[in-house]
Amino acid sequence: MGEVLVLVDHADGVVRKVTTELLTLARVMGEPAAVWVGSGYNDAASASLAEFGAVKVYVAEDPTLDDFPVAPAAEVLASIVASASPAAVVVASSADGKEVAGRLAVKTNSGVITDAVDIDASMIATQSVFGGSTIVHSKVTSGTPIFTVRTNSVAPVPAPGAATRVDVSVSLTASATKARITGRTVAAKGGRPELAEAAVVVSGGRGVGSAEGFDVIEKLADSLGGAVGASRAATDAGWYPHQFQVGQTGKTVSPQLYIANGISGAIQHRAGMQTSKTIVVVNKDPEAPIFELADFGVVGDLFAVVPQLTEQVESRKGA
Amino acid sequence: MKIAVCVKQVPDTWAEKRLRADDSTLDREAADGVMNELDEYAVEEALKLVEAHGGEVVVVSMGPDRAGETVRKALSMGADSGIHLVDDSLHGSDALATSYALATVLAGRDFDLIIFGSESTDARMSVVPAMVAERLDLAQLTFAQKVDVIGDTVTIERLADYGFDTVTASLPAVISVVEKINEPRYPSFKGIMAAKKKPVETLSVADAGLDASKIGASAAWSGVADFAARPPKSAGVVVADDGDGGLKIADFLTNQKFI
Ligand SMILES: Cc1cc2nc3c(=O)[nH]c(=O)nc-3n(C[C@H](O)[C@H](O)[C@H](O)COP(=O)(O)OP(=O)(O)OC[C@H]3O[C@@H](n4cnc5c(N)ncnc54)[C@H](O)[C@@H]3O)c2cc1C
Ligand SMILES: Nc1ncnc2c1ncn2[C@@H]1O[C@H](COP(=O)(O)O)[C@@H](O)[C@H]1O
Repeated sequence: MGEVLVLVDHADGVVRKVTTELLTLARVMGEPAAVWVGSGYNDAASASLAEFGAVKVYVAEDPTLDDFPVAPAAEVLASIVASASPAAVVVASSADGKEVAGRLAVKTNSGVITDAVDIDASMIATQSVFGGSTIVHSKVTSGTPIFTVRTNSVAPVPAPGAATRVDVSVSLTASATKARITGRTVAAKGGRPELAEAAVVVSGGRGVGSAEGFDVIEKLADSLGGAVGASRAATDAGWYPHQFQVGQTGKTVSPQLYIANGISGAIQHRAGMQTSKTIVVVNKDPEAPIFELADFGVVGDLFAVVPQLTEQVESRKGA
Repeated sequence: MKIAVCVKQVPDTWAEKRLRADDSTLDREAADGVMNELDEYAVEEALKLVEAHGGEVVVVSMGPDRAGETVRKALSMGADSGIHLVDDSLHGSDALATSYALATVLAGRDFDLIIFGSESTDARMSVVPAMVAERLDLAQLTFAQKVDVIGDTVTIERLADYGFDTVTASLPAVISVVEKINEPRYPSFKGIMAAKKKPVETLSVADAGLDASKIGASAAWSGVADFAARPPKSAGVVVADDGDGGLKIADFLTNQKFI
């Protein structure tokens, strides 16, 4: 079986959950080899890559890699593709991941498929397009197949691998260093799970009415151990920070459970949450299009329904 | 400053999109065409930069005849001239082919900035701007929620999971913008009238000097094997809140083992 390169998505030296999903998927396609680009590779990272079956870990650790967006990772991957001739390359479907995949496709003259939700042993990818209305199977027909895969599409399954370290020497070209990161602004982050990865997402929209109104949304999210999301109407109004926006121009989420509160279900919002496994809706307008997606919906005032639900969750959890 | 803005015509956001049974490409005839929403923000940002620094805005689009409407729309918003790459043989081009065609048209025209939307609402790949930057060997400053140009340095705020990164480069550069960046203007009546007289260069594949073996469906690096409508979700249960709405959801969640 050929090697399948998996670009490791990491932050602060910690391997993100999506990488364990990609490794699980890569095992279906071949022999997974993780690729670490950036500083801070460590034992814990190595252990989590090993746990999910990485046979090798290519490590490109030069700290200069952290100073430039996207282009260095594409360059490192291209050099490994040239030397290792992998059967495929798999990257997370984040903004960075898609752009790395795009540049790699140009560099290696290979086809790229974005936003796959599954890939089989013959490298046929499944995509859910047009807001989830159409299921497409596609295949790369030229070069080394490159895929970006959506978070939460695959359940990570451990399977031990050796995670043998293979150092990759780095000498970035002038092309990869044209745009430099000069600052990083981190918005305040609470103790909640990351939106894109969370198993439960509780979202609020214009119906929440104010920043204070998000209290009830946060309380429900916390009772379920979930993340908080928001519609653009709510983020634009300044009631909740932009990075929590769900939708076409916000995050794409695909949790086990999505609870939409005071959200009408505009097409741009649906584009970011339609593939959630179970959808619960609270909205006072019975005509709101979001009800079309609901597995369970309540027509009512969220300020009555949501606190009651939170109370129920808290008491039943204890039971 | 000479700025190019790449705009794509896409099916109306609200229209139901489907693939053609014959060649699995998007059925563009089935719905009205509109300018990709995100590209309106790209046009707006280019116009603002030129208002602040002087220069001209050239709008570039690749697409069938009626994509000419989208070029006109950008001109009516205030862009100065247009380039429309139109040729039947482009039909079925994938992102690699599109980026190759756009990069070839853009090359050698001395643009200081090339601005894109961060995503097309039909393809939703968010790769064309990065691919064009790669092909033209230009700095890539994408997913910008803010753009500043001082002298020959451009600085953006690149949207990220955790907030944003400040990214800077020397001109020329490729930019893509997200919808938080500005509020696109509506074309005024005067703008619409003026647009009719603005020059649009129409290029065929041969005019643009494109290698015919690298474009269109036959050259695609990837292809659709098959597709199907998603089996409709079984209709859910919707109840009215009679003072026990939260309780009912809790029962549902307990049943589904979420609690
Ligand atoms: C280029 C572009 C990109 C976009 N990207 C996104 C995106 O990424 N994400 C996104 O979400 N949107 C996006 N939008 C915006 C989108 O079109 C909608 O405007 C937005 O999703 C509406 O948010 P909403 O549902 O919260 O508000 P509304 O549509 O105003 O709906 C509010 C709902 O709350 C209900 N309600 C009010 N009060 C209560 C109450 N007390 N209890 C219960 N229900 C109540 C109302 O019945 C209504 O259904 C985008 C738009 C554009 C043009
Ligand atoms: N056919 C096209 N003509 C002009 N610009 C395009 C075309 N296709 C894509 N683009 C640009 O590339 C951006 C990203 O598109 P995509 O990678 O398809 O999501 C769009 O917002 C446009 O600015």
